[in-house]
Amino acid sequence: MKARAFSYHRAHSVDDAREAHARSGDDARYIAGGQSLVPALALRLQAPRILIDINHIEELRGVRCDGEWLRIGALTRHCEMLTDPLIAEFAPLLRAAAPFVAHPAIRNRGTLGGSVALADPASEFPAMMLALDAEIEIAGTSGRRRVRADDFFIDLFETAVGPGEIVTAILVPRFRCNQRICFDELARRRGDYALVGCGMLATCKDGLVETIRIAFFSVGNVPTRARSAEAVVSGARIDADRIVAAQAALDRDLAPPESDEVPPAMRLHLARVLLGRLLARMSEAA
Amino acid sequence: MSSEIDDAEEAVRVRFTVNGRKVACEVAPRDTLVDCLRNALELTGTHAGCEMGACGACLVQLDGRAVHGCLMFAVQADGARIDTIEGLSESGAIADLQAEFHRRNALQCGFCTPGMLINAHELLSRLTEPSRAAIRDALSGNFCRCTGYEAIVDAIAAVADARAAKASQEGSPG
Ligand SMILES: Cc1cc2nc3c(=O)[nH]c(=O)nc-3n(C[C@H](O)[C@H](O)[C@H](O)COP(=O)(O)OP(=O)(O)OC[C@H]3O[C@@H](n4cnc5c(N)ncnc54)[C@H](O)[C@@H]3O)c2cc1C
Ligand code: FES
Ligand code: FES
Repeated sequence: MKARAFSYHRAHSVDDAREAHARSGDDARYIAGGQSLVPALALRLQAPRILIDINHIEELRGVRCDGEWLRIGALTRHCEMLTDPLIAEFAPLLRAAAPFVAHPAIRNRGTLGGSVALADPASEFPAMMLALDAEIEIAGTSGRRRVRADDFFIDLFETAVGPGEIVTAILVPRFRCNQRICFDELARRRGDYALVGCGMLATCKDGLVETIRIAFFSVGNVPTRARSAEAVVSGARIDADRIVAAQAALDRDLAPPESDEVPPAMRLHLARVLLGRLLARMSEAA
Repeated sequence: MSSEIDDAEEAVRVRFTVNGRKVACEVAPRDTLVDCLRNALELTGTHAGCEMGACGACLVQLDGRAVHGCLMFAVQADGARIDTIEGLSESGAIADLQAEFHRRNALQCGFCTPGMLINAHELLSRLTEPSRAAIRDALSGNFCRCTGYEAIVDAIAAVADARAAKASQEGSPG
């Protein structure tokens, strides 16, 4: 349970970190909170030659409003999601998801940028990027670019972040007063990765859901939007019939993989149960 | 000498403040904070269990927040303030928690206890009157193989009540 030997570089700017990565011949890893990377190193699932510590890069910190967007620095810790007043006001879905992410001491270290860059399909925050229609800012050789969450998650642990690139910030459209959120997950034990989880963001008018984005996690290789279920609910008043129709539509949205622990049919069933609960809550809020 | 990192374990010098004392030591970059505390500094109150973030035996305070000593490398802590169970015991900051754990048999072998105390200490500094559910939630990352948790939750709840009672006494005039 000890990592293979590596050398350590404490980076003080994004360019410094990227240059160190390039010098290593891309045999390097960035370490943010380390709450996923350090176990992977200890288990020797990964064995980079160089560890580049990005915790001291000032520009990756902080939460602030930027026009219509809330800009959340990549180094924002999970625990800050629970306490930051701007997150509570303008990104309440992240606030709602945060208590479900790991345990308190892990939330003290783990970062939003690390969670999104890792893209664990069982993680809460990557899926919430989809529900929020967030954009991920990435620093690469040709400068900064922004990638929509819909285009960001490519396959298992594979994202739009290329080798040596750094996630610098997450941009979330600011929450508006005609919007509603819901989040929940089913897990065997609080703090464990969910068997299935879901978050949603609806834009409402006169008791109708105008548009809705529904994102699931722990249902396959990538966090997944339930587009058919979204279509059933959009433009409608949520009632019992709509909920049943949306639950039925999940067949077309989710294809949980084979797994010894949770067979696909069971996971799909749990996803339907969860969707029903969340839409019922949404109907009361709309 | 080879420059290959695989062969040559380089040593780096780190300085931090541990339990209020400035210390410097030589570590290999791959040495975790818990290993450094236990081996180099001989502070063996912090325990190493799973070494992968699952059991909570290795919790210490880093700049005032509970973190896993097995989930960071000692080099990363360069310049930081670290408080271990030894420091918190000597300062008396958790004396009431320790006494209550003792009184209620909230420890048997004691392997999990330092982590439990550090977590409980942080919980009570955030929430003055946590519900039992909140206490259980806060301890969700700490394994105990002996007590069955009930006595631990009882002890933390009792300390929360005692502290709240004391605070309201001090707060009310006369
Ligand atoms: C016991 C335990 C339980 C957990 N339970 C949960 C849970 O229920 N839900 C959950 O979501 N997570 C859980 N986690 C994981 C935790 O949330 C991690 O903090 C998170 O997944 C990764 O964030 P990090 O900052 O720690 O990243 P790190 O571990 O530092 O890095 C993860 C990966 O992302 C890369 N990376 C990090 N930051 C950047 C960046 N800015 N740009 C580019 N690449 C980057 C690293 O190189 C590495 O490959 C758990 C962890 C543990 C140990
Ligand atoms: S030793 Fe760190 S969590 Fe188990
Ligand atoms: S007292 Fe033995 S593990 Fe908790």
